[in-house]
Amino acid sequence: METKKSTDLFLRLRPHMEKPSKDWYVLFLTCALLLSWGFYAFYRQFTDGHGITGMRDNVVWGVYIVNFIYLLGLSYAGALISAIFHLARIEWGKPFIRILELFSFICLIIGPIYILLCIGKLDRLLYLFMYPRLQSPITWDIIAIMTDLVFCTVYLYMTFIKDIAKMSIASETMNMSNWRKKLYKIMAFGFTGTKQQISYLDKAMDIMASIIIPTVIVAYSLLAWLFGMNLRPGWNSTIFAPYFVLTAAFSGVALLIILLWISRNLFKIKDIFTDKYFYILGYGLLLLSFIFGYFTFSEYITTWYNTQHATSTLLDKVQDFDQYGYMYLATWIFATALPIIFIGFPWFRKPKTIVFTAVFVLLALYMNRYLIMVPVLETPYLTIVNPDPAYYNYIPTWVEYALSAAGIAAAVMLFMLLTKFVPILPLEEMKEGKRKIKIFGITLETHEK
Amino acid sequence: MSDKDKQKQDRRNFLKNGLLLSAGVLGGVGISEKLMASATVSEKVKVLTTDGKLIEVDKSSIYNTPACTPVPKGEDARKGIPGRKFVMVIDLAKCANARKCIEGCQEGHNLAPNQEWMSVNSLKDNQYAEPYWFPKPCYHCDNPSCVKVCPVGATFKRTDGVVLVDVDRCIGCKFCISACPYSARIFNWGPRDVYEANSPDYSPETSVPGQEGTVGKCDFCPDRSREGKLPYCVISCPMGAIYFGDAHEDAITNGEETVRLAETIENKAGYQYMRNLGTRPSVYYLPPVNKSFPYERGLENLNEEQKARYEEVLNIENKQNGN
Repeated sequence: METKKSTDLFLRLRPHMEKPSKDWYVLFLTCALLLSWGFYAFYRQFTDGHGITGMRDNVVWGVYIVNFIYLLGLSYAGALISAIFHLARIEWGKPFIRILELFSFICLIIGPIYILLCIGKLDRLLYLFMYPRLQSPITWDIIAIMTDLVFCTVYLYMTFIKDIAKMSIASETMNMSNWRKKLYKIMAFGFTGTKQQISYLDKAMDIMASIIIPTVIVAYSLLAWLFGMNLRPGWNSTIFAPYFVLTAAFSGVALLIILLWISRNLFKIKDIFTDKYFYILGYGLLLLSFIFGYFTFSEYITTWYNTQHATSTLLDKVQDFDQYGYMYLATWIFATALPIIFIGFPWFRKPKTIVFTAVFVLLALYMNRYLIMVPVLETPYLTIVNPDPAYYNYIPTWVEYALSAAGIAAAVMLFMLLTKFVPILPLEEMKEGKRKIKIFGITLETHEK
Repeated sequence: MSDKDKQKQDRRNFLKNGLLLSAGVLGGVGISEKLMASATVSEKVKVLTTDGKLIEVDKSSIYNTPACTPVPKGEDARKGIPGRKFVMVIDLAKCANARKCIEGCQEGHNLAPNQEWMSVNSLKDNQYAEPYWFPKPCYHCDNPSCVKVCPVGATFKRTDGVVLVDVDRCIGCKFCISACPYSARIFNWGPRDVYEANSPDYSPETSVPGQEGTVGKCDFCPDRSREGKLPYCVISCPMGAIYFGDAHEDAITNGEETVRLAETIENKAGYQYMRNLGTRPSVYYLPPVNKSFPYERGLENLNEEQKARYEEVLNIENKQNGN
């Protein structure tokens, strides 16, 4: 019965993988246009210098660093949640593991590009390896991101193998170009689904998943310390690493909810991603929003209660409605009030409102990162006195907008391509119903629903 | 004489020369040249040491410093000038925001008008105090936050206390700018005619020519110290507010008067700005007591934009002081 359902699912997803709809091409082209706008912006930044962005001597990193933190957060969250679900053998979570892994991988590829955009001499990137200094948090971060990239790619590939092996057989009868068929064969790596192969693969995935959990936590903490290690009011805070990890998980769940919604409508798999998924993930979002609110409140209350000049100037700036006040207020409302209203109380709790809340949570967390970065950089200990007014306040220019849009476009394009290449659902994984599994030497039997 | 011996000799001579200068017996910049002109092999000359002893040295051992200490390039620039520990003392009572230090520095280092390696801030300590002008170079900290975070070692601390940037090494990640709590560092945001990448003339000591996409900052002009000259800001200041010197010699000078470092700091309550950050700056300030000029004097020669900014800064400070 399980096998039948799986075959049925494959038949439903097959048309998209063979020949996507017209809308698919329209969206893909739109994204490609945005991406080329980004390339032009990059070309201009490369030739005209960083001066054509809104960045100046105080706000040395603007939107780029916010994008960087944000995307890496999403990536780490995706890897973290998927690894936890895998290790905890949460059967109901299996259908969306693929989505988690995909966005984790995509964000991990695009995120680091933004840190490169902050670098003035791109031709000297090799110096990072020629003259490395281990005491620099940047070196820590490079090591962490590269390690993570390798682990995530390997893990993603492992979750792909069973389906790719299936695709390599199925593609014979499918309408697609020969190079794709060949690629499936190569990527299947000789996997044919024998008992031994499955047992090895499962073991390897267990090991990889248990490595990934600490890796992403360490990697994102290191990223937080990139700022936390600076002698700056608003950054030099002990809560930074856990705060970053928590916000990452929060944003990851929000993105997962949105992507579930999109794929369930796009691929017409409402029977797989049932409303129950949204409720369960919605409760997760609510729980994380409580912890997020608690962390944020704890961070602000401690700086507010016993104010030093530097921190009070910063808080004034953040809470001043002529400057960042609305953004600050919106962050609170979107990230803490909306989840309570729309998910916490039963009256509005609907899959649609949960998705709606998730969209605002994603937005709020972007603003949260923006408020952590930009106002802090605008408020050094010594008030800025440079004769050029562009130095006082950071205002992004078209270059930053273009490159941010291009990043989103690239992520969407990669997602579109990858979901065309492999099924959006881990079909083989879902097929495995009852089976014995071993966790920490204890044999468990998973149950069919 | 082999090169090594010559270097040794040079160094010794340089030290002696420095001693002479700082003891205040000879004073002035051109004095060694004068001595040089009259030098003969056997002649002896009497000089005063730092601890007040009169000693005799061979006159031939005093000779023109530039010739013996060429500005080092590349890796050599990472070694400090031996036996030196450069310090700066800024007398806030004398500063009238004439902005000559900024201009002198910009001219000396080929900087654009908005590239300020030296800047003059306006501070107000409490509600009763009059605001005062606060010149701010790089503090050349002994525990520099910027050096810690540099991923490629482009910025480094030398034995003579100077923190320099090697723009041939700098990748422009700007982390040092954000790490410096004193906002002493600037980024070269766009192309300029005076910039040149990997120039053979470049030395981290001269910091010229600069490069686009790299970081620049006050370098304490060690190339000028090698020539026995004072940094650009010191010689540009019409009020003589900036003193520069050597902590080992315990002597600082603003070009007109030479005073003892320890004594000055002790008697005039010299302090390091925000020493609570643990960065251990090499720049000391003398508090703005009995000021030579009223604060308003510093606003006179500013354009409207600058004036408006300083007013804004004063507002922020008044707010911090609770009025």
